[in-house]
Amino acid sequence: MSPTVALFWTFAGIAVASALLCITRKSPVASALWLVATLFQLAALFVILDAQFIAVLQVLVYAGAIMVLFLFVIMLLNLGRPGPSDIKGPMGLAVATLLAGVMGLQLLVLVRAAPPADVTLPPGALLGASQTQGMVAAVARPLFDAYLVPFEITSVLLLASLVGAVVLAKRQL
Amino acid sequence: MPGTALPHLWLVPILPLAGFAVNGALALLAPDRKRLVSVVGVGVLGGAFAVAAAVVLELARLRPDAPLVFRYWPWLSVGALRVDLALQLDQLSALMLLVVTGVGALIHLYSAGYMREDPGYARYFAYLNLFVFFMLMLVLGANFPVMFVGWEGVGLCSYLLIGFWFNEKVNADAGLKAFIVNRIGDFGFLVAMFLIFRHVGSLDFTDVFTKAPATFASGDRTITAVGLFLFLGCTGKSAQIPLYTWLPDAMQGPTPVSALIHAATMVTAGVYLVARCAVLFALSPVASGVVAGIGALTALFAATIALKQWDIKKVLAYSTISQLGYMFLGVGSGAYAAGMFHLTTHAFFKALLFLGAGSVIHALHRAYHATHSPEDAQDMRNMGGLRAHLPWTCALMWIATLAIAGVPPLSGFFSKDEILGAAFARGAAHPAWYLFWTLGLAAALCTAFYMTRLMLYTFHGPNRTGDAERAHLREAPAVMTGPLVVLGILTVLGGALNLPELAGGHLAGALARWLEPVTHAAARLTAPSSATLDLGMEWLLIAVAVAIALAGVVGAWQLLEPARLVPARLAPAERGIGRLLWKKYYIDELYDAVIVRPIVWFSRDVLWRVVDQRLVDGVAVNGTARVSQALGWLGSRLQTGELGLYVVLFVGGVVLVLAAAVR
Amino acid sequence: MLLGPALFVSGLLFTLGVAGVLLRRNAIVIFMCVELMLNAVNLTFVALAQALGVAGQIFVFFVMAVAAAEAAVGLAIMLAIYRHRGTLNLQNINLLKG
Repeated sequence: MSPTVALFWTFAGIAVASALLCITRKSPVASALWLVATLFQLAALFVILDAQFIAVLQVLVYAGAIMVLFLFVIMLLNLGRPGPSDIKGPMGLAVATLLAGVMGLQLLVLVRAAPPADVTLPPGALLGASQTQGMVAAVARPLFDAYLVPFEITSVLLLASLVGAVVLAKRQL
Repeated sequence: MPGTALPHLWLVPILPLAGFAVNGALALLAPDRKRLVSVVGVGVLGGAFAVAAAVVLELARLRPDAPLVFRYWPWLSVGALRVDLALQLDQLSALMLLVVTGVGALIHLYSAGYMREDPGYARYFAYLNLFVFFMLMLVLGANFPVMFVGWEGVGLCSYLLIGFWFNEKVNADAGLKAFIVNRIGDFGFLVAMFLIFRHVGSLDFTDVFTKAPATFASGDRTITAVGLFLFLGCTGKSAQIPLYTWLPDAMQGPTPVSALIHAATMVTAGVYLVARCAVLFALSPVASGVVAGIGALTALFAATIALKQWDIKKVLAYSTISQLGYMFLGVGSGAYAAGMFHLTTHAFFKALLFLGAGSVIHALHRAYHATHSPEDAQDMRNMGGLRAHLPWTCALMWIATLAIAGVPPLSGFFSKDEILGAAFARGAAHPAWYLFWTLGLAAALCTAFYMTRLMLYTFHGPNRTGDAERAHLREAPAVMTGPLVVLGILTVLGGALNLPELAGGHLAGALARWLEPVTHAAARLTAPSSATLDLGMEWLLIAVAVAIALAGVVGAWQLLEPARLVPARLAPAERGIGRLLWKKYYIDELYDAVIVRPIVWFSRDVLWRVVDQRLVDGVAVNGTARVSQALGWLGSRLQTGELGLYVVLFVGGVVLVLAAAVR
Repeated sequence: MLLGPALFVSGLLFTLGVAGVLLRRNAIVIFMCVELMLNAVNLTFVALAQALGVAGQIFVFFVMAVAAAEAAVGLAIMLAIYRHRGTLNLQNINLLKG
């Protein structure tokens, strides 16, 4: 086993464990923190998978901004204090396990399926060719090139969510 | 003028129908215009009789060999079945036409007096007119379905008229009993029609009777079945064993109804049917034997019951059943003319007897009404010595009594003797007929006895009505006594219709010759074993019959002591054989226990409680509703408002979609 | 080379996210599990980008942007609900009578 693979499985293992802990903790704060841990492991995985730019974005945006926002709200609403558990009872547990298990098995089967042969490569070329420009440029150039319209729409989306969040969270309109 | 009457045959049934319409409207809108009702009700019958007489005269002049069929319009046209609304006039239906309209007209006239004080006067005449219409459709029908319409229609009118005073339960029950028992017979008639259509392919009388000898071999199982099923219909309509039980109960209706429907016309429909289908019965010796046998047995059976009845109308009812038995003995023996002859003479004297009894009841009723007494006006134990008060009725009823007993030279003697002679003659080839003849003879003895008993207890001896009432006993008005006189004359002279060869010379066998075009087809099919008797034998039989009749009359006169009777409310209960006869051999109770109760139990406890309430209502109707409700409840469980459930369903849906992708 | 294992891990994480959504009643925790699911999908995209092209990574970019917007608005809604209802327990937030 090459070191890359070993590292991959290490980080993958920790990610899965963190995710498991995330969904089973009674305290929302604990859940949030375990999610942060999972995100960090995923960032590591991204690096291993040759998506360095995305890995950094993961840490900066996801773990750094989104999860911080989560924690802000949790603290704001004083949900960190121990209270009655919000995990469902045995019936709910059974249903969850069953459904999630079935879905997991189905996904497992689907993973083994090969992608269709007529999938065309989108404009962006192979990663190998863009290694010459550097990682960031490799991702950024198609962004302003082929995917300009989604890019601009995303900025409008962010504006909308900004306004929406402000309005929704006001005490008095 | 030749050729003018026959096309108007349709007037004969339509006049009474029009009478029904008018009287019915009057019953609903202006029930107290009794004079108008009388004019219309009796008038249409008189008109019908006049047209009938004209039509028959013309038929007599024409002497056709085949029946005249008048088709009025196509009625049923289904697949291979073609049935027209058609009337048929031949010698047989002509005879019935005259009897129905003639006796009917007399009884309508009588009713105008008898029912004068009844508030339902218009309704009565409406129903009576309707009855005559249906009876005429029955006898004039040119095919089985039209006849069946008439058959059912007279059953309906019988029900309506028996239960005429429906405010009392016993009357309504009697009407219901008549209708239901008749239905059983009608089932037989229908099955016979189905069999005939299936094998012959047509239901027209001319078609069926010409094709039948070719389609069925003599003694074939199918034709025997047809005969037996037709006869089942006859036992219902003409009150023979086993379906006779409705007729005594039918006496609950007004007395003129009993006279018209349950003596002269409706109950004779069965005899007419057998005569009409003579060809079919001739093809099946078994069926004919059954007809004659049941007829003979019923004649004796009913006669014995009449010996111990106290209600004057019940005696006459059982007498009718018994005399109908004679008619069936006649037509079952192949002597169709004899049977029809007895039908005609019986119509005369039985109508006379009933109308006379009606006059008696009318007088007693008025007497009890005047003194507000609750006594039974129909019980003979409350009568006695009425000869002094109702002399005309007494004399006329004696004429009828002697006729029915078979005393010569009254009409009843000739008709009854002819039937017994035909039965005896047939005995040479089929010994069973000797038994039937013996039964008939025994019944004749009983008939003479009980009729004399009736006369003795009603008109002779001391009067038991009560001192206060006696003053009110009076002869009936002329409108009621007039028809009695006419019927009396017919009873005396009626024998001339079919005198035996011994006595009549060139007049002899007039009716037989008149009916010959209709009966010859059947006569040809019957084995020539029913040959005529030799002269010596015939005289001997006549002597025996007369001796029996006189023995009955004189025996009753000597043995019975009207002086020892007490009024009904004081009379002791019967015992022993007398009780058995008085209680009519407990046949009604037997039918009730064996047939009625199980059916009622089955209908109520199985069909109603289980099938109708639990299965149909519970499972099918309410059950479907409950299933819908349950499904709806299930559906509502999807919309609880709990997000947790929604998420579960969402994920479940995704799982299902993935399952499709995985496949 | 690592495509298979990466997809496997991604599937596993996604399943865990679904299990979390089904298991919990607290709205914020459920939201966090949804984020977990989104991340699993990101992993899938990145793994496939190695084989099929940079479009996969660009898609991850957009997913993150949308996730950020969605988180902002979603958490604002939860604040509003908490202020209105006093609880974030989904069992108690039930306006439809079931």
